[in-house]
Amino acid sequence: MPARRDISSVCVIGSGPIVIGQACEFDYAGCQALKVLREDEYRTIVVNSNPATIMTDPGFADRTYIEPLDLEGVASVLERERPDALLPTLGGQTALNLAVALAEGGVLEELDVELIGAPVEVIRRAEDREEFREAVRRCGLKVPASRIVTSLDQLADVSLPAVVRPAFTLGGHGGGFAEDSDSLRRQVERGLSESPIGQVLVEESVRGWDEFELEVIRDRVDNVVVVCSIENLDPMGIHTGDSVTVAPQMTLSDEAYQELRDAAAAVIRAVGVETGGSNIQFARRRESGELRVIEMNPRVSRSSALASKATGYPIAKVAAKLAVGYTLDEIPNDLTKTTPASFEPTLDYVVVKFPRFAFEKFPGADRTLGTQMKSVGEAMGIGRTFTEAFLKAYGSRELDPGSPTPWESLEDADLPAGLHPWFRAEIARARKELVSGDLLRAKRAGWGDDSIGATMDLTGEEIRRLRHELGIRPAYRRVDSCAGEVEAGSSYFYSTWGEEDEALPRDGKPRVVIIGSGPNRIGQGIEFDYCCVHAAQTFRGLGYEAVMVNCNPETVSTDYDTSDRLYFEPLSPEEVLAVCDREQPVGVVTQFGGQTPLRLARSIEEAGYRILGTPHAAIDLAEDRERFGSLARDLGIRCPPWATVAGAEEALAAADEIGYPVLVRPSYVLGGRAMRICYEDAELEEAMAAVHGPAGSRASGIRASADSGLAQESVLLDRFVEHAIELDVDALCDGEELYIGAVMQHVEEAGVHSGDSACVLPAPSLTLAAALEVEHVVKRLGPALGVVGLLNVQLAIAEGIVYVLEVNPRASRTVPFASKAIGINLVDAACRLAAGQTLQDLALPTPRPAQVSVKAAVLPFARFPGADPVLGPEMRSTGEVMASAADLPTALAKAERAAGRPLPTSGTAFLSVRNEDKPAAVAVAAALAGLGFRIVATEGTARTLAAAGLEVEEVAKVTDSGIGEPTVVDLVRRGRCDIVVNTPQGSGARADGYLIREAALVARVPCVTTISGAAAAVHAIANARAEAALSLQERIGSEV
Amino acid sequence: MTSGYLLLEDGTVFRGRSVGGDGAAFGEAVFTTAMTGYQETVTDPSYAEQLVCFTAPMVGNYGVADERGESERPHAKAAVMRQLGGREWAEWLTARGIVGLEEIDTRALVLRLRDAGAMRAVAVADETELSVEDALAAVQGQPLMEGQALVADVSTPEPYVFSESGPTRVAVVDYGTKRSILRRLALAGAAVTVFPHTAQPDELASFDGVVLSNGPGDPEPLHAEVETVRELLGRAPILGICLGHQLLGLATGHGTFKLPFGHRGANHPVLDRRTGRVLVTSQNHGFAVEPSDAGEATHVSLYDGTVEGFDFSELHARSVQFHPEAGPGPHDAWPILESWVGELAKR
Repeated sequence: MPARRDISSVCVIGSGPIVIGQACEFDYAGCQALKVLREDEYRTIVVNSNPATIMTDPGFADRTYIEPLDLEGVASVLERERPDALLPTLGGQTALNLAVALAEGGVLEELDVELIGAPVEVIRRAEDREEFREAVRRCGLKVPASRIVTSLDQLADVSLPAVVRPAFTLGGHGGGFAEDSDSLRRQVERGLSESPIGQVLVEESVRGWDEFELEVIRDRVDNVVVVCSIENLDPMGIHTGDSVTVAPQMTLSDEAYQELRDAAAAVIRAVGVETGGSNIQFARRRESGELRVIEMNPRVSRSSALASKATGYPIAKVAAKLAVGYTLDEIPNDLTKTTPASFEPTLDYVVVKFPRFAFEKFPGADRTLGTQMKSVGEAMGIGRTFTEAFLKAYGSRELDPGSPTPWESLEDADLPAGLHPWFRAEIARARKELVSGDLLRAKRAGWGDDSIGATMDLTGEEIRRLRHELGIRPAYRRVDSCAGEVEAGSSYFYSTWGEEDEALPRDGKPRVVIIGSGPNRIGQGIEFDYCCVHAAQTFRGLGYEAVMVNCNPETVSTDYDTSDRLYFEPLSPEEVLAVCDREQPVGVVTQFGGQTPLRLARSIEEAGYRILGTPHAAIDLAEDRERFGSLARDLGIRCPPWATVAGAEEALAAADEIGYPVLVRPSYVLGGRAMRICYEDAELEEAMAAVHGPAGSRASGIRASADSGLAQESVLLDRFVEHAIELDVDALCDGEELYIGAVMQHVEEAGVHSGDSACVLPAPSLTLAAALEVEHVVKRLGPALGVVGLLNVQLAIAEGIVYVLEVNPRASRTVPFASKAIGINLVDAACRLAAGQTLQDLALPTPRPAQVSVKAAVLPFARFPGADPVLGPEMRSTGEVMASAADLPTALAKAERAAGRPLPTSGTAFLSVRNEDKPAAVAVAAALAGLGFRIVATEGTARTLAAAGLEVEEVAKVTDSGIGEPTVVDLVRRGRCDIVVNTPQGSGARADGYLIREAALVARVPCVTTISGAAAAVHAIANARAEAALSLQERIGSEV
Repeated sequence: MTSGYLLLEDGTVFRGRSVGGDGAAFGEAVFTTAMTGYQETVTDPSYAEQLVCFTAPMVGNYGVADERGESERPHAKAAVMRQLGGREWAEWLTARGIVGLEEIDTRALVLRLRDAGAMRAVAVADETELSVEDALAAVQGQPLMEGQALVADVSTPEPYVFSESGPTRVAVVDYGTKRSILRRLALAGAAVTVFPHTAQPDELASFDGVVLSNGPGDPEPLHAEVETVRELLGRAPILGICLGHQLLGLATGHGTFKLPFGHRGANHPVLDRRTGRVLVTSQNHGFAVEPSDAGEATHVSLYDGTVEGFDFSELHARSVQFHPEAGPGPHDAWPILESWVGELAKR
């Protein structure tokens, strides 16, 4: 049964912005699917709001729509394109929910679009708790005893402890664990409001049971294969996305494993998934072997991406082919080519995944792990034994110094309670090998040079030298899906020790090694993977062999198809240099993977390898304040005045000289971590204390808080340029000439991290004179720094003066957005420059985007109750969306929709702003009133607005309300408010402002925390027009 | 920990640590790609005269249990592992005198066997007791697996009743049967009697059905056994498994041959030609039935096209090369045993 020919076009829905629980694994899935669909000559249409995805690149589909993933957005695309089929199983929960909405809304029927991959009734059977439970029971299996609850009065006689799981939410979002009836009530209340259908499941707690997942695939003639088994080290009760996991499962006997396998096959059949992959989760009581089916996702998932990377079995690719009619035996195994996909991969190695948390970004947030996912990324390690894989993944997390995280150390006491004794014993064995005094044994156990060095007061580099003298070097093994049974020319490798090396093909092409960006984290996410993937494509196109090194299983860069060779390795000097030693590249590419490769650049150069493009010296120069300051002076470029200080006293003195407000940041800072703006001495003292953590300040009982890692660091003070327009410029430089690719204006004022600020291209408030000045500044900077490739400059313009705030001689977060907005692939161009071409050779056109594009950030505050949901100098967004339209208000409104915060067009607006913002708030309120909004404000703000002649209703703050008097928080909670404008008062705003913002977050009311953001939002509400969706190909004139 | 080694007849040495019994174990070096079921594997009589290498990265993780034995004792002569996953397994091997080696570069060994074919080999527990040089000479003096009749060494000497209850009476000819076969038959409702490999057609023909079991070695020299099968054809329904399948093939004019390195694992796809369905199967065989387009060849290996199943419907004889009883491996083919017993009951 080959591919169906009764359908000729297929629409694939992506998963939208990166959020916790839904990351780039769906870009990986979407890309794979598009690739095979196009190979089979289907016309492909993509809808996704995330510009940093590879799947939304113009060459990846016939038509690409960067549109909001809501009913309206997708329906308009379907209407325009009229595809024969819609494939929703590759875009995570978002796509699945949309498919249900499109079907229920009659859109699919009306447009005659067939849902392939998963029919609506199957999605419902898997997602609706009641239907799922019935399906599982029908096949003789058990689910935890449970009941569906739609209101708080259905909680009588629930047996405790219990777990609360809202229906249809991401990553178990809004769920929790309840030990007593009070916490049960609270959890259910929250769950009901989180669930789009107002339904939660309250169920028997299986906390502490062992947790297993099986990745299952079924085709239309009922062939079922289990691609991978995954065992969680953190037992039930901790979301699998937050758990350390291992594949294949390690602790089950054959009979126990086969019981799971049988159950998985029974479930996929009972739910009725006809084609494609599913992830099925089980809880198993270790002592008795009792089994419960926990959950099933009838689609590709984070776990299926992990399983694909773990086994070399490309689940999404296979699922897409099954959806268009192939059967498993008709699809060849990608790695062996000679055997079919209707088999089960077998592993002669172990794979371990570690979650990457970012609690340091959310001070005050509850760090307890539970059924709601909190990690922001993951790293995977492959080794020939459990400990080797485990330690590789453990070390791949790239934690910032001092960041609090689960699995902080491997001391016995720090391991999670309930950890299976087998894992505990293996970890103990590894610790013993570390101090065995035998270098090879320690390496074989999985320890990095740095860890080994630390036990004998040597550096990792010294250990490396010692190793090389002893001839101890890694060997590389293939991932081949079949444990060597079938010959596979796979180009997917990992390192191990004391074994034979699998030889490389020698075809004489020059090689480049591209270093990836490691686990997703806040400040370094999919954008950099996007750049690395493009780098691989471009260098391949230029006749090089592209060699990728990375350790993030979610990404497209770690798809073995992306490069000529993939090394799934930790990104530390040891592993990267070993790959270089093996590959002997003509150059190493470090400018696309964010900070991670930059940190390695020095070691790479010192080892005698060439960095392609911008040399390390340029990065050093840009990051060294003294040297950069003098360069800027020489070039006649202004930077805000600054100083380096070591303590509070020095800081106060320096601030006096620089002038307030000042921006405080530790010197090595990443993604704006621990940054603060201070307006007066008292705030500065407080900020310095937070950085240096004086004695007694960490009495909270939380050990290793974010602060402690920053101690002893020098601190930078910058004059904070107020009332400025902030710009981001992405440019290309060949060492002599410079090309401005994109000038983007931030919507929020300087002071909000550029990664969290919405930005607009072309910059709307830029005068011609200022534009020329910006261009002039950037054109001097690039060549002076010696940049060959990409350059990102952040600037502020205040009172006609252009200040340079920051220079990054590398690919920036905005590159994918900019490339799509201007229709020029900046990464491709940068690679060509790095390979020796000049800008003149490239002859890039001057970008003249016909439309306005807006990038908006998506923030994970709802995941971190307790942390203040306010924008500031520290980046906290996990992802971004893009929207384009003929004018700015329309683009902005669409971007807000895409970010899941659709702007209201009528209703009640609540305002509460700090004193500095009060004058500007009048205009905002007036505009809202003019649009028919009812205006409500707290006392101070209300007075200002009333004084300006606006009709305003005053509402009490929480802190000074009388008994029984309704407060603003009540207003928000009861849903009587449609938009909140609240700008934080100073730094200690833990009181009212915080409560208001948190209430808005819980009630899902759009909450704007900057006055410039509010002005932009009002502008958008007033002026947005309905506009038909336009594909990227049409927009940038690259119809394929 | 003593250092031991595995030596192949071509002189390749794989060094490791000895974790099992003492001495030197000679046999054919083979590998299994199953990720679970080490105890079942080592106790499977089909592994007689073999040194089994596990491609699974860790072996021994979940200990041992008596009920997992596929026979009363181990039959593989050595267990070769990348890493031992638990003491209990090492102790089990030691107590039974089975050579166990860990820290072997099993992947290098597998690639060698895959490319050069299964080889005669020796697993030596203690290098100080047998030098590589002496061992090599000894290995090269060992018989080849091809041409070896091994069933007499593993078959039951006397008939015995495995299970009495059940409406259907089934005879199992024990060429080295796995307990899982007997267990699955009994669970399907058969009263099971086990016969030695020398059982005569007349005594078998009185049963409702006859199972030709799995077993070790080359089927080709088993002339008497093949003759018995030939005589039995048409007199009683037959179900052949693994070696039993090969014997049925030989009895019906099909040829067998030695596979380069065999099929051993729990993930092998087999196509049922009649339904177009694929079974993920448990396999353990070094010999196979030659590819055939004949109508009776119902199952085919999607790896190499060898015949994985027969159905001679007029003779009421069928067989499968793989292991429907699993143990270890997937249960996808359990219904083959169940439905066969069910059909016998209806006759």
